[in-house]
Amino acid sequence: MSTLAHVFEAEGLATIALGSQRNQIANTAPPRGLWCDFPLGRPLGRPGDAEFQHRVLADAFALLDAGGPVFETFEESIEDDGTEIMACPLPPRHDPDAHPAVDEARGLRPAYDRAVARYGNRVGAGRVVDADHIVEAIEAFVRVADGTHWKEAAIPGIPARVAQDVRGYYETAALGLADHVPGAWAGTRWFFDHTEGGNTVLAAREAMRVAEVKHAVWFYMAPGDR
Amino acid sequence: MADEQVKAMTADIETPVFERTAFTRPKPLREATVAIVTSASLHHPDDDDFAPGDTGYRVLSAARRDYVMGHWSPNFDTTGFAVDINTVFPIDRLDELAARGVIGSVATEHLAYAGNQFDLSAVRLDSGPAGAKQLLAQGVDVVLLTPV
Repeated sequence: MSTLAHVFEAEGLATIALGSQRNQIANTAPPRGLWCDFPLGRPLGRPGDAEFQHRVLADAFALLDAGGPVFETFEESIEDDGTEIMACPLPPRHDPDAHPAVDEARGLRPAYDRAVARYGNRVGAGRVVDADHIVEAIEAFVRVADGTHWKEAAIPGIPARVAQDVRGYYETAALGLADHVPGAWAGTRWFFDHTEGGNTVLAAREAMRVAEVKHAVWFYMAPGDR
Repeated sequence: MADEQVKAMTADIETPVFERTAFTRPKPLREATVAIVTSASLHHPDDDDFAPGDTGYRVLSAARRDYVMGHWSPNFDTTGFAVDINTVFPIDRLDELAARGVIGSVATEHLAYAGNQFDLSAVRLDSGPAGAKQLLAQGVDVVLLTPV
């Protein structure tokens, strides 16, 4: 992002770069940089809080008054301590013959549809696998976790992209189940730590790692600290 | 898993060094046209998704709100954007600032790039200057850059 600031400025545009990673924005040293110590993915800080977002923008635009390159820190931090988890009731088992993750994904569909109707499909399924076929994607990951080579498991796309669709399906469904705006990463922790779907993605990823599949193929199926 | 741990993974990634910092003095903000440029890989549903290593950009219309996140990285929270686009792309906030006369106007077109790039040479030499020229052609004075 800060690289673009340098490029744009050289072309004659005045820029203000926001940054959530202090090292990144400080080292790239854009002409005008505002480090906001917010969770990754939330550069304006708080979803649904227009007043807070306006405070960030006011500080950002104030940098235009500087006579030369300037780097400032936004006065307030938003911390993610790693403990908030979305409290979402999971659907009861419906089909005892189905894999638990498959049964779970089917049961979450009404919540997913409610969230899409309310917010739109901004991060949900649909990159390579739409909601109607998310179960097939999960079944493919089940096969990988059970020992099938990933190339023979009928994964409907690049594994990382398919895993993103599964995660997006679940995190969007969670928004349909929750009664509040979740803290950063709360939905991700719920998916990977508390659902059969997340467990299946992680199990498939681990099976690929153990089978010495190329690192880039399996690593990006989940956040890198996993 | 916490935000701090994810940030720690990428904190030491080598960043480009610019020997000279270009600096453009803008017109007064109340007269300026403002655009947002994000590295969140946003696009409209009917536009091409971002491919891995995609160094191009997509044009985002200010008249629409159907922005989709096409980022390949799993290393950031997406639920903030899911419930409020302004968490990443503060287009409604700019409209409010324009209505109050704080900024001159909001650009009709904004840009999105893919931020997960390890080789930035194409962005520096090709798509970056091209995007800037596209913004200048529509009279943009000030660009707000938002990452994810």
